[in-house]
Amino acid sequence: MRQSLLSLMSGTLFGAGLAVSGMIDPARVRAFLDVAGAWDPTLAFVMAGAILPMALAWLIVRRRSTPIVAEQFHTPATSPIDARLIGGAALFGIGWGLVGLCPGPAIAALAIQPAPALLLIAAMALGAAIHCFALTPRRSA
Amino acid sequence: MPEFFPHAMPLAGFIGGLMIGVAAAIMLLGNGRIAGVSGMFARVLGLSEGGAPWMTALLFTAGLPLGAALAAADVDVEARFPTSLGLIAVAGLIVGIGTRLGAGCTSGHGVCGLSRLSPRSIVATGTFMATGIATVTLMRLAGVVS
Repeated sequence: MRQSLLSLMSGTLFGAGLAVSGMIDPARVRAFLDVAGAWDPTLAFVMAGAILPMALAWLIVRRRSTPIVAEQFHTPATSPIDARLIGGAALFGIGWGLVGLCPGPAIAALAIQPAPALLLIAAMALGAAIHCFALTPRRSA
Repeated sequence: MPEFFPHAMPLAGFIGGLMIGVAAAIMLLGNGRIAGVSGMFARVLGLSEGGAPWMTALLFTAGLPLGAALAAADVDVEARFPTSLGLIAVAGLIVGIGTRLGAGCTSGHGVCGLSRLSPRSIVATGTFMATGIATVTLMRLAGVVS
């Protein structure tokens, strides 16, 4: 129950932050990536603002053995930097540049422009399904 | 700043960024989970092994448009999508595959990973920033963007 409440709080604050910062506006995000055009640095200020509290949170994680309402921290394991990571990130950047939204803003934009946001989310879901069923290495039995 | 970049919103961007960072910190310190949207989204759809509990993923994901709607009640919120539906669909497909293959997007690698100084996230963020810039620049050269 407390985990559910915190999850909803976190998602809602996250979505509000995306909206306030202008990051659910595809034109603004594409303007950040458009370094040869009318460059808009807003996204850099958003990243700076977001990284500050999270850097503090990581310092606190180091001093705590457990999270506040869960049994343990599930932080990503240290995996190698491999072709999947770089290839996946490279692909993601191409899609991001094409439309101007990454997954968080795409979902948040449902509240502002539901029709194109829904199309984008459905296509993202299809992509995630293709990854899950065709591109995930199967564990040998 | 405004005289150099007339359309930039440095203050609103920074404040919104702080909200995003605090939201991610609530997820990490409260639930012990990374607030990575692509991972949460795949989890909601049942398309990932492991990850956050389904209810955590669902409520976090549902909160995103809820928060945007609440913000839009107080401030002007724009969402100027490209007009081509085909472009949106193709981009979404690429984003869907890429973020899962690369195990993260702007939230997981960008916000949560960079702040942890994770080498994987630094490489991933540098890579998607570079291909994003390259894509927009190529579209500009091809005359697709004005």
